Amino acid sequence: MTGTGNIVARLPFPVAARKELADTQLRANLRRATHTIRDKRLRVVGEVPDWEELRVAGAAIKDDVLARLPELLERFEAAATAAGATVHWARDAAEACTVVTDLVRRSGATEVVKVKSMATQEIGLNEALEAAGIEAVETDLAELIVQLAGDTPSHILVPAIHYNRTQIRDIFDRNGLLSDRARTDDPPALAEAARRHLRAKFLSAKVGISGANFAVADSGTLVVVESEGNGRMCLTLPETLISVVGIEKIVPTFRDLEVFLQLLPRSSTGERMNPYTSLWTGVTPGDGPQTVHIVLVDNGRTDTLADEVGRQALRCIRCSACLNVCPVYERVGGHAYGSVYPGPIGAILSPQMSGGGANRTLPYASTLCGACFDACPVRINIPEVLVHLRQIGKHPPAERAAMRALSWTMRDRRRYAAALRLARRSAAPVRWLAGDRIRHLPWPLSAWTRFRDAPLPAPESFRDWWTRAHG
Amino acid sequence: MRIALFVTCVNDLVFPGTGRAVVRVLERLGHTVEFPAEQGCCGQMHANSGYRDEALPLVANYVKTFDGYDAIVGPSGSCVAMIRDWYPKLVSGADAVAARTYELSELLVDVLGVTDVGAAFPHRVTYHPTCHGLRMLRLGDRPYRLLRAVRGLELVDLPGAEECCGFGGTFAMKNAGVSGAMLADKCASIVDTGAEYVAAVDNSCLAHIGGGLSRTRVKAKPIHYAEILAS
Amino acid sequence: MPRGYRTGGGDGDLVEVLVDRLVDYKANVRRCAADELGATVAELLSGDSAVVVPAGAPQAWLSAYQGKILRDGEPRPLAVAELDAPGVAVLTGCAVAIAQTGTLILDAGPDQGRRALTLVPDHHVCVVHSGQIAAGVPEALGRLADPTRPLTLVSGPSATSDIELNRVEGVHGPRRLDVIVVL
Repeated sequence: MTGTGNIVARLPFPVAARKELADTQLRANLRRATHTIRDKRLRVVGEVPDWEELRVAGAAIKDDVLARLPELLERFEAAATAAGATVHWARDAAEACTVVTDLVRRSGATEVVKVKSMATQEIGLNEALEAAGIEAVETDLAELIVQLAGDTPSHILVPAIHYNRTQIRDIFDRNGLLSDRARTDDPPALAEAARRHLRAKFLSAKVGISGANFAVADSGTLVVVESEGNGRMCLTLPETLISVVGIEKIVPTFRDLEVFLQLLPRSSTGERMNPYTSLWTGVTPGDGPQTVHIVLVDNGRTDTLADEVGRQALRCIRCSACLNVCPVYERVGGHAYGSVYPGPIGAILSPQMSGGGANRTLPYASTLCGACFDACPVRINIPEVLVHLRQIGKHPPAERAAMRALSWTMRDRRRYAAALRLARRSAAPVRWLAGDRIRHLPWPLSAWTRFRDAPLPAPESFRDWWTRAHG
Repeated sequence: MRIALFVTCVNDLVFPGTGRAVVRVLERLGHTVEFPAEQGCCGQMHANSGYRDEALPLVANYVKTFDGYDAIVGPSGSCVAMIRDWYPKLVSGADAVAARTYELSELLVDVLGVTDVGAAFPHRVTYHPTCHGLRMLRLGDRPYRLLRAVRGLELVDLPGAEECCGFGGTFAMKNAGVSGAMLADKCASIVDTGAEYVAAVDNSCLAHIGGGLSRTRVKAKPIHYAEILAS
Repeated sequence: MPRGYRTGGGDGDLVEVLVDRLVDYKANVRRCAADELGATVAELLSGDSAVVVPAGAPQAWLSAYQGKILRDGEPRPLAVAELDAPGVAVLTGCAVAIAQTGTLILDAGPDQGRRALTLVPDHHVCVVHSGQIAAGVPEALGRLADPTRPLTLVSGPSATSDIELNRVEGVHGPRRLDVIVVL
């Protein structure tokens, strides 16, 4: 079943990118933030002598999971159920939203507190809850900023990466969070304002909603990795906890967490370990929520799993290291990708989970520079999948004709030599008129000369020189 | 040793001086270079753009043309990466010829054991490690070692050297705006070095960078590092 | 499964590594001998108005403490409002500590209590015995008695990197983390 929800781009990438490129403040913010995190990541990864072995293990564990996913999901369901949780299944975004909305309604709550979760963003849960008259309060600082700004996240880990501190100060100010304080843009003061704003909500919330970073098949354990403590608040204080979990989040055994709890923090925030990681298994009497629901979401993952090359995208642990090293992401930010999964991983994940439409342009949003593959803690060969998706996608007829003609010409010595001669002769009058560098070319080559001069074919090709000098 | 030159289509047509430079360097070191005239394009553009069927005849032609040689040298990081990384996945029986295909710095440093090729180039030069040379071929410090051994050459560090210049083949056309933004940053870094020349192992990236530099009337010039080694 | 990564104990002084990593993430660390523990606790809690302790916290920890003690579950579980009162600190032990990452693992054991205790108060004092320190993550997870208990891994005080990707300590969890390493 094809995935739905917030993973479908509305605009082709080049069109969406144009708007973002024009925003110089955005580019400055992104450059600063991505370079900061890049450097931190390199430092903490550099101090781990067995990093490559951990990457290999992480990839192998996830591949094993993908190879026997149905069996492991059933094992997870049985273990979680035995521990007191109720497990629900959802085929797509709409189904998942319905399940969660019904659960919240039944609890009688009109407000829920949320831990930052990609799965709930993916299915558009906040919009669905709002339509049902339930207010969803995002409690992660960045998610709160984005929610207060009426904006959408632009990064997997740092959803408000596109704002600088002054812009965040202004957003808080507009929403009355700074009313009784000096209007400083000092980050600790802004964090303090968020703390005060959310404290009462945490202490009174009846329902918490989370995602999960990992789900252990053997024990039915869920894991949430976070920094601020908002996650612990949502996972601990409400009476009811609903966790929305993508089916690829499974790891077979508790022991496997020893790999991912090393790979994830260093890759995502560039820390040896994130401040807080919570693990819970069903219901624990007297400690935390006494009603625990788990919603397992497919939403296009089974489709993705069917593709032998493309399925490696499901290894992703949402660390966002690939975003932070991507030169394309750095220039345009997350919104240009039109999906909750931006950057290199989004360019291979979104089209696979929900193909067609503007998502078809995403595999071309890359120079294939390979920085993402190097940074990926589970060794997803993103360039390989990008090329594969280009291969199985539709091509413009004119481009296809040109590629065919070029291939036909270049595979035969005589045709190739003749084409070189033709190019050289056509260039001669141009060179006579314009010199060695061309400033304007006609469409479609004008895309090149918009930003750069174009070189001309040389007066003598290499093979002609070779024949002359060695023949 | 029978060394064959795979000049690449872009060099053949637009940058023949790079091919001539490779020949000059290797002959100066006492080797004989052959140029099999049956050679064409490696098929990288086709394969990377999602035209595998169109790439396959080009791959077959390469394998047939270069099969008998002890070493094949290609003055292009991305073409050699295409051959070494992709050929074995695309056609059976390409492993051997792919493994014997080297980027120039690999041939010089690893196979021939040379870092000083007897060149002199009294200029201030910065080096841009192109993505495929850096992250697919893992050329590492080989090009730097070759350049540092050139007499009179002052090698200056390029800030943000490992960042992509924004070329990316058809990316430069399909996402011209993003490509242009990446190019602008790369050109600014080059200008910051005060170098007279920006060298690289790939003329396609250099055409992009050079086009950006000349558009903004910057005096720094692009140069394939083989041409420095031949001087 | 290829598990070529390090799984065993490391060499080197684990206490030193743990302390270095804790301090790096802005935890305040004290080292003391077993017979100094009571005095160290009292000193660290001197600025707080009351201390919350789990039911199973050893009496010796509070031997020198003069302030108000709120023992969870005696006679009833403390209300969230009691935990949230100004100036309240919490004193617990831990199950295992991880030297390489500066992490304390709480597994809701008798000297740690339920999760809310170490979350809501603004000041957390945690006692670590040197024998509880594991070198790395694999060794630490392997030492846990029951992985299905509620587990919390704590590495430094609450923090965020959401503003310009620079780390800021102190958001929702305890803003002060004191760690006492008992040698």
